[in-house]
Amino acid sequence: MKDMSEGYTTADGRKIGGTMMEMKNITLRFGGVVAIKDISFDIREGEIRAIIGPNGAGKSSMLNVISGFYIPSEGEVWFHGSKRPQMKPYQVAQQGIARTFQNIALFKGMSTLDNMMTGRMTRMKSSMAQQAMWWGKAQKEESEHREAVEKIIDFLEIQAIRKTPVGRLPYGLQKRVELGRALAAEPKLLLLDEPMAGMNVEEKEDMSRFILDVNDEFGTTIALIEHDMGVVMDLSDRVVVMDYGKKIGDGTPDEVRNNQDVIDAYLGVSHD
Amino acid sequence: MPDQLLFAIEVTLNGLMAGVMYALVALGFVLIFKASGIFNYAQGVMALFAALTLVGLQNGQVPFAHLINAIFGTDVHHFGWHLPAFVAIILTIGVMILLAIIVERYVLKHLVNQEPIILFMATIGLAYFMEGFGDMMWGSEIKKLDVGLPQGISESIDATTYNWFGYGFFIDRLDIVATVIAALLVISLTLFSQYSKQGRALRAVADDHQAALSVGISLRFIWVLVWSIAGFVALVAGIMWGAKSGVQFSLSLIALKALPVLMLGGFTSIPGAIVGGLIIGVGEKLFEFAIGPMIGGATENWFAYVLALLFLVFRPQGLFGEKIIERV
Amino acid sequence: MFYREAGDFKTSYTDDSQTFPIKFDRWRYYAVLAVAFGVIPFIIDDYWANAVLVPFLIYAIAAIGLNILTGYCGQVSLGTGGFMAVGAYACYKLMTGFPEISIVFHVIGAGFITAGVGALFGLPSLRIKGFYLAVATLAAQFFLVWLFNKVPWFYNNSASGQISAPERTVFGIAVTGPNTEAWAKYLICLCFVVVLAWVARNLTRGTIGRSWMAIRDMDIAAEIIGVNPLKAKLTAFAVSSFFIGVAGALFFSVYLGAVEVGEVFGIQKSFLILFMVIIGGLGSIFGSFAGAAFMVLMPVLLKNVLVGQLGWPTDLAAHLDFMIVGALIVIFLIAEPHGLAQLWRLAKEKLRLWPFPH
Repeated sequence: MKDMSEGYTTADGRKIGGTMMEMKNITLRFGGVVAIKDISFDIREGEIRAIIGPNGAGKSSMLNVISGFYIPSEGEVWFHGSKRPQMKPYQVAQQGIARTFQNIALFKGMSTLDNMMTGRMTRMKSSMAQQAMWWGKAQKEESEHREAVEKIIDFLEIQAIRKTPVGRLPYGLQKRVELGRALAAEPKLLLLDEPMAGMNVEEKEDMSRFILDVNDEFGTTIALIEHDMGVVMDLSDRVVVMDYGKKIGDGTPDEVRNNQDVIDAYLGVSHD
Repeated sequence: MPDQLLFAIEVTLNGLMAGVMYALVALGFVLIFKASGIFNYAQGVMALFAALTLVGLQNGQVPFAHLINAIFGTDVHHFGWHLPAFVAIILTIGVMILLAIIVERYVLKHLVNQEPIILFMATIGLAYFMEGFGDMMWGSEIKKLDVGLPQGISESIDATTYNWFGYGFFIDRLDIVATVIAALLVISLTLFSQYSKQGRALRAVADDHQAALSVGISLRFIWVLVWSIAGFVALVAGIMWGAKSGVQFSLSLIALKALPVLMLGGFTSIPGAIVGGLIIGVGEKLFEFAIGPMIGGATENWFAYVLALLFLVFRPQGLFGEKIIERV
Repeated sequence: MFYREAGDFKTSYTDDSQTFPIKFDRWRYYAVLAVAFGVIPFIIDDYWANAVLVPFLIYAIAAIGLNILTGYCGQVSLGTGGFMAVGAYACYKLMTGFPEISIVFHVIGAGFITAGVGALFGLPSLRIKGFYLAVATLAAQFFLVWLFNKVPWFYNNSASGQISAPERTVFGIAVTGPNTEAWAKYLICLCFVVVLAWVARNLTRGTIGRSWMAIRDMDIAAEIIGVNPLKAKLTAFAVSSFFIGVAGALFFSVYLGAVEVGEVFGIQKSFLILFMVIIGGLGSIFGSFAGAAFMVLMPVLLKNVLVGQLGWPTDLAAHLDFMIVGALIVIFLIAEPHGLAQLWRLAKEKLRLWPFPH
């Protein structure tokens, strides 16, 4: 692997910066079960980083570690050059990490707009007294954030469902709203857990376009889990491959494609 | 032995027996919760309803007499017969089974797949309905329940302990009988759910509704079965508590006694219900004995809840529950 | 025909997020306020005030409070009666301890004290969920009632163990005590209701309301996207308890005048308020009013018809009341979990399209 400590330039000419997040020797245990075993990798400014692997490889657990929902049993998480102390998930969100979920986790009783406004929770500053009076900062803040959210609504082309309760939306749109909710936070790092699961080809194309545009227009760094290899290979700059909680490959799509361990894991090989 | 210690032992014994009664009521909750995921707040009112029905049948009361009199201006109240306790109990069991069928058909069936908290609130509604219904059917005055259980202080225990320790233990004979019956019921229900075909089906339903359905277990039958058993347990609890302090509205409050037991023992564990019941029974009696006089007494009203609350804060899964790993 | 949003254009986000986006609704709302303030005080009599209007207004405050906690934040509480008792006793202590300060501040102070107590009992909600929490709130119910019964300091060592409200005035007009006029009782409650409903509306449509609803709909996801669950749940408990405390204070000082805690603020009260919220509609301020109105009116109606007209004994009417309430709870939960408020919304949807449904 070539030296990339100062960043690198991708084939399509995008400039990738230095390390944004670094996972160092992460191990995660539930009781006796080892979900993740001594994995290290990094995520660089501006890149699209994919995590792939067969079912049960520990990919979602890894995303949960990044977003602070699981505390790793061993190992360290470094973010922007400093070691992350133990913190609650909402504090991780405040650092600028937003995510979507494998099984859509929208707030079903709320409208699309409210879901996305909730995504901006970490940026709301007005006090409860101001909100109770709907006065001064509270009202101004509400309008400002509404404006920011409206931009994302335009970007995702979901103007028509602005005030629809999300529970009534079809699956594909729900996925899109969930992406919108994560984007509303204007994150530095966006985590996507199987953003295309259960979608048809057209929906996948739409979603791929949104992901690329987010990366391109907003400069957001993206880490994603996906099963559709075609999508992964097209979208991502670098790929981590996991199997049974261990890392078995890491590199550009081409490097990974030709890695013997990866081929074995996917195609199956007798373990003797 | 010093008097204080003997006193404490007596209190503990009484607490243990009260605890068995709590466990008995809690058992009704656990059964329904295991089979349907419903936290049945109406369990206490079912005990009241069962006891009311039993007394009504035994004394030959005319059901809805008040209502009939109010509408038609008549003056009916009794048929004039007096049923033996055994027959009345059998008939009451029949009524409770009928109740189970009605509840399944008109309530549960429509609430499949709702969130647990919605189901919980629905059973509160059910409790209200049954309370009004029971009172309307049999009248709301306090009734005496007598099915021939022994009453009063057991003289033999009093005498024996007096000979041994120089201090006689006061223990109600009814409590002893209740303890024995409750213990038998607990054992037979455990055996039933472990070894009978219906018991296995019941556990399968508890584990996964969908999977149980797909192997050909009738969910509706299991629900009726479980609510019938819970009705039977309610009847037993109703008889015990009714014999002790009369059949009246406050009988339905035994449900409130059983709730902290469940929180301690976990909602799905039969042994948990028993151990939780005993802990709470002994705990509240000892607390009232040792601390109560200092802070004004009547601590039994809340002690169990505060104990369960503190316990849950430190161990949310209850005594016998497994640690829950949350997923997203 | 006239119930339309077409032609009623919004030009700012503030306009778009107002409470009554449709013009007709706005006018109707002003009309209701005008009647409530301008007409009813002049025609009200003791029977209407004591049997219907004053309890309705006070219960509406309590129902809004519980709705914030249960309907918006998803935390079911069975401790409402106990928290109302905190409000009542706090109000009593403030009234007797600081007689020179206005009763209005006593009531608000009682609300804040209840908010503190509520937040304290809300702490377990961080660890336990669902009906475990519902049962845990029963601890608050039983413990608080016991406390007010057993500690003489709370009832100023009065021989009866009761608390009774001394006479207090607002602008020289008695609002508590035996000499209070019906319209004064009504008006002071109405003022509290209007202000508090407005506050509740503001809180639930803004940032904090969204954090509550996020916790209600999916607490884990909410925390991961940046909602602080500690803050959301505790503020829900505190705000909810503030409303319930104010309701308790008014219930004691303005409505009843004298209170015996076990009778008035027992667990039945907790259930009553919960039923108002369920029947009215979870997660709706309007629903809280509808539920309170329903639960206040129905027993009055039953009593008037069955006892007054048909001459039935009162206990029979009470039993029937129990049955109807219980059945309605089940029916609403089965058929329309969002209660009367949702029925109202559906009717409005229809009306918006009428007379051209397609």
